[in-house]
Amino acid sequence: MSNGSEFRTCPITGKKVFAATQNLVWINAVTAVVFILVGGIMALLVGLTRWPAVHLLSADLFYRFLTAHGLNMLVFWIVFFEIAGLYFGSSVLLNSRLAAPKVAWLAYLLMLVGAVLVDVMVFTGKATVMFSSYVPLQADPLYYLGIILFAVGALIGCAIFFGTLAIAKAEKTYEGSVPLVTFGLSAAAIIAVFTLACGAIIYIPTLLWSLGLITNLDPGVYRLIFWGFGHSSQQINVTAMVSVWYLLGALTVGAKPVNEKICRSAFLLYILFINLASEHHLLTDPTLSPYHKMANTSYFMYLAVLASMIHALAIPMCVEVAQRKKGYTKGLFEWLTKAPWGEPGFPALIFSLFIFGFIGGITGVVYGTEQLSIKTHNTWAMTGHFHGTVVGGTTLAFMGLTYYVIPLIFRREIIGKKIATLQPYIFAIGIILIALGMGGAGTLGSPRRHWDITFADAVIPFSFDPAVLFFTTIAAIGVIVAVVGGAMYVGVSVLSVFFGRKMAPNEAKML
Amino acid sequence: MPITSPEKYWWKPADKEEKLWITIALLWCLVLTIMMPLMHVIGTQNPSVNPMKIRTEDYRKMSDAFIEKYKVGEEGGIPIVEPPDGADVYLRGQMWTWTPILKLKKGVNYKFHISSTDLMHGFSLMPLVMNFQVVPGHDNILNMTPTSAGTFHILCNEFCGIGHHTMIGKIIVS
Ligand code: HEM
Ligand SMILES: [Cu+2]
Ligand SMILES: [Cu+2]
Repeated sequence: MSNGSEFRTCPITGKKVFAATQNLVWINAVTAVVFILVGGIMALLVGLTRWPAVHLLSADLFYRFLTAHGLNMLVFWIVFFEIAGLYFGSSVLLNSRLAAPKVAWLAYLLMLVGAVLVDVMVFTGKATVMFSSYVPLQADPLYYLGIILFAVGALIGCAIFFGTLAIAKAEKTYEGSVPLVTFGLSAAAIIAVFTLACGAIIYIPTLLWSLGLITNLDPGVYRLIFWGFGHSSQQINVTAMVSVWYLLGALTVGAKPVNEKICRSAFLLYILFINLASEHHLLTDPTLSPYHKMANTSYFMYLAVLASMIHALAIPMCVEVAQRKKGYTKGLFEWLTKAPWGEPGFPALIFSLFIFGFIGGITGVVYGTEQLSIKTHNTWAMTGHFHGTVVGGTTLAFMGLTYYVIPLIFRREIIGKKIATLQPYIFAIGIILIALGMGGAGTLGSPRRHWDITFADAVIPFSFDPAVLFFTTIAAIGVIVAVVGGAMYVGVSVLSVFFGRKMAPNEAKML
Repeated sequence: MPITSPEKYWWKPADKEEKLWITIALLWCLVLTIMMPLMHVIGTQNPSVNPMKIRTEDYRKMSDAFIEKYKVGEEGGIPIVEPPDGADVYLRGQMWTWTPILKLKKGVNYKFHISSTDLMHGFSLMPLVMNFQVVPGHDNILNMTPTSAGTFHILCNEFCGIGHHTMIGKIIVS
């Protein structure tokens, strides 16, 4: 390993890529892909079990694997990828060496050990508690320890990011303000610090409680602080995703933000308001007063929504302006029809934007109101909502970015470019079907986290409206399609990273 | 480029289109902000308005007393209870039953006390699809008036262990 001072110059962007940064981005991104593979296999098994026509797993394995799916996807895949993104966004985009690469490796190891510990506990059945692990449902102490190690590692990763920003500023590796993508990632990292603090506040007492050192841990308070952590993590994902949108716009059509002031102010709104909306998870809980819930989820939340609305204008706008500059000016939409649809980054950007906004975002705002939360709380509609945000939105954007990171940062040519191009389309169709199917079944009352919606073993007989089965089938078809799309992603990225042709130092080729 | 530093003076005024969009979005956010408290006041279906803590042991005693006092029968080992008009009704979530089965009257207001004596559960009233979180140590107090007769079921929609999917309760309204 290097002392952090060796670098090469990217033949396309002219950025300095330091060897230490490159290795750390590589290891974190590759690890992320391993976890999405684990999570994806779980998704298939869980999805097929929820479909009464197949009902694959036993109840025990279903609940275990569902816990594993939530953790491997929502936590391990996303956070490892984000840490890779933070190192890229600070060191590469600012032409700076990375602060303390050795400490960054320590952070990586902590996260890895934590994640493996959690997975071992979950797969051996010692932590079938869902990713939310609501007390008083108890897991093995090692499960909580694993989560804490992972979170500490991620927090150190954020510190490395801030350290790199400071070094870049001190060593004047850039002029003026930081690039917009780095600015957005800084917003994400700031939110991450608050989030991980909530995580520490709740997981440390929970660990002590599981060891028998604390006896009463109020389940209502647990839910409050847990969601300070669990919901805010989603805001890290949103903020990182929006940064990736700007990045994909630049990489695919050379889009440049039309008004930096507007884009940056919108990120500021995220930092200021988004954490406060966490209490919408508790709208039907008996722990908070209505005043509390309303203040928290109305104007605080809507100012964060406003930020998303601003990005929703700014991103298509900068794509349109860039395309029109290239001469695609016929009619209202030539800029869009002549866009690089045959290159994976562009459809990934557009579908991510569309699914996040129209499926994830709209359902989120609707379900987040006090009364409609009563109609949807803990139903499958909720699961549909967040597969629109964190899967169709964040995950798809990250997938699209991967196809550029491999040639630009890892200097390997993509193997299977056709499959890579098709992949965002397939994954997007799958997720749209999942979100619609889950939304439909959930609106009719189908519960989330449920092994048997035919209730065959229940003492009191009950059966759903047949429409629930129809929507469940749509979701199941979506599961299969999305898993195919996910497998294409994992296949292309793993093959390319390990077996792709090594690119010459001055080879200026993206895809 | 969003990957390079912007030109020196990037603090520029917004264009007409941008201003228009942001204004519309902001107004809509304000409408939503006002609607939230407004619906709470003029709407009739709200979540619990008086959060109450209760020791699980106390809650168990109160709900047992309620069952003993008004019990009228049993089904599959679960007591059937018919409380008088306007009574306080205790509905207990417990791995993996909703106890008791309730017989209620249409048009009568009941004060429900929903809680748990073990884990978290999810009260999900079917086929109306009304859902409330059931938290041990906290009393979810809801004023409910059945507006139609028939049989209603309560699913559990919070994971509560290996029998979670068998946890079904019943309310009969006449
Ligand atoms: C191939 C793609 C995917 C498919 C087919 C899929 C499918 C599913 C299914 C069927 C469930 C079970 C819902 C239930 O029974 O309540 C589920 C839950 C969940 N999924 Fe996914 N999913 C996918 C990708 C992802 C990704 C990428 C993430 C996160 C980044 C994610 C996060 C979650 C979470 C957090 C849950 C909830 C677990 C819980 O209730 O504890 N999924 N998913
Ligand atoms: Cu239950
Ligand atoms: Cu349950």
